[in-house]
Amino acid sequence: MTPVSGVSLRELEALAKRVRRHIIEMTAAAGCGHPGGSLSCVDILVALYGHALRHDPQNPHWPDRDRFVLSKGHAAPAVYAVLAECGYLPVEELVTLRQVGSRLEGHVVLDSPPGVEMTSGSLGMGLSFSLGQALAARLDGRDYRLYCLLGDGDLNEGQTWEAVMASAHHQVDNLTAIIDYNRIQNDGFSDYSRYEDKSRPQRTGGWVSEQGHTVNILDLQPLEEKWRAFGWEVLETDGHDLSALIATLAKAKAVKGHPTVIIAHTVKGKGVSFMENNPAFHGKAPTPEQAEKALAELA
Amino acid sequence: MTNKAAAATREALGPTLVRLCRQGLDIVVVDADLGSSTTARQFGKAFPERFFPVGVAEQNMVNVAAGLAAAGKTVFISTFAVFAPGRCFDQLRLGVAQPRLNVKVVASHAGIITGEDGASAHGIDDLSLVLSLPGFHVIVPADLMEAEQAIEAAARTSGPFYVRCVRPKIPIIHDEGYKFRLGKAHVARQGKDVTVMAIGVMVWKALEAAELLASEGIGCRVLNMACLKPLDVEAVLAAARETGAVVTAEDHLVHGGLASLVAQTLALHQPTPMAFIGMQDQYAVSGRWDQLMERYGLTAEKIAEAARSVIARKKG
Repeated sequence: MTPVSGVSLRELEALAKRVRRHIIEMTAAAGCGHPGGSLSCVDILVALYGHALRHDPQNPHWPDRDRFVLSKGHAAPAVYAVLAECGYLPVEELVTLRQVGSRLEGHVVLDSPPGVEMTSGSLGMGLSFSLGQALAARLDGRDYRLYCLLGDGDLNEGQTWEAVMASAHHQVDNLTAIIDYNRIQNDGFSDYSRYEDKSRPQRTGGWVSEQGHTVNILDLQPLEEKWRAFGWEVLETDGHDLSALIATLAKAKAVKGHPTVIIAHTVKGKGVSFMENNPAFHGKAPTPEQAEKALAELA
Repeated sequence: MTNKAAAATREALGPTLVRLCRQGLDIVVVDADLGSSTTARQFGKAFPERFFPVGVAEQNMVNVAAGLAAAGKTVFISTFAVFAPGRCFDQLRLGVAQPRLNVKVVASHAGIITGEDGASAHGIDDLSLVLSLPGFHVIVPADLMEAEQAIEAAARTSGPFYVRCVRPKIPIIHDEGYKFRLGKAHVARQGKDVTVMAIGVMVWKALEAAELLASEGIGCRVLNMACLKPLDVEAVLAAARETGAVVTAEDHLVHGGLASLVAQTLALHQPTPMAFIGMQDQYAVSGRWDQLMERYGLTAEKIAEAARSVIARKKG
């Protein structure tokens, strides 16, 4: 399957691997940060910046550019790495992440560097902001599109559902929401499905496991039905299959009359064996030894 | 001093936005189901394609506004002062203040003079919240004429604004030729013995207090502090230096609003005897607005009393 024009799937896969390596190097250099949720959304970002988005790294404020809005602001390293690979900033700058004087703040900040479309870090605001831009596009008669990436935590926030309702109400078909649905949050597992110890019976509500993780923080299921009931077109895809992601993004673009959400099933920490499905790496950087091991896996 | 006309400052919003948009300003409004009360709906009637209702969802309203602003629009949002900033403070901080987007919050129903709806509708902590947002301009108009000019200044000046309006009809205190200036206090009355620095409805009360004091031979300067941020530090210091005694008056908690701002400024540059008229660490109850002002001491008599006490302290 080769839906990619200009850039081959193989090249995109190589790009995704480089981005994952940057994320490890950046967070290891900073000694802190959020590698897990950055790694989980890499393939989504690569499908967007490498294929779906109409953008020009030489002209980051081009009025007709498509906008990518990161609602889950802690995935900043993934965005910086993709932007650097596209040419928005020098790749060498990436390791300045989180340092005084760097443009690369711990959570994304509008225009820092140019190419970052919104300030975030407090969850639940991205979809509202995207709706505002989508309405502006329509008012100005421009055909740019909005892509908003949400995490599990964003879907805990009531504001996201305010925006879900309002986006359908305003029939913004130039807006695509993408859920990086890795089912792991700060304290542990959002539901029971990714929790490995199945010997424990599933309970109503959440509990704290032997390993110290909260299990079943807030079950988001049934997710597809929720969005559909709010008036959205719902598409689902493997969030790590680049050709499936590209095909799904194309489908979303073709939907008219209402907004579309792509539920991208992802794995937190994807690409690094000891980080995959491990809540410990939500907000913790790899040690130098762990980084070395991770980079070897991503060679 | 006070002519007979009265109007609610909230009535400035709709007509002013319609006028400015007709002049070519790229204004849009995001509304959270109070546009009839804040008068923003008048803009929606004139420019339906520029009016975006989002329902009773203030958090969403703020970030939708931020998105529109990031796309180049001059965005106005309005609701009651209890709801913005109260219901959407994090959104104002991260979504508007930090990226310094062109979002203008025009709140209505500020203060206990909102009246009968009770404490849940009395915005008395809104100024402490918005004054804590770096980059925000904060304006409290004293009458309709000033409100119109403040809204126009907000529309024509880049960056975030908070304009604080009120529900009831209050006297129009300014003459036809009055010019509101961003960053400037206005000397509403000259005097050499004491200064009352007031905002909103309390400018009117301060002028009444000055009349009372004049009958006792006390010269009371009245400073309309409509622009709280950026604060006119020079005017505050000049008043303190020239009159030696300061009373602040606001329909807001005395913590975090005008009193705090002036006290901080004077403590740093010009320590001066002060007294604070406002809500004293409490919530009000339901009631007619004039009765509430009596009950909570937002009166000319209380201002005059405070003025006499600070004058006595400067002598001691």
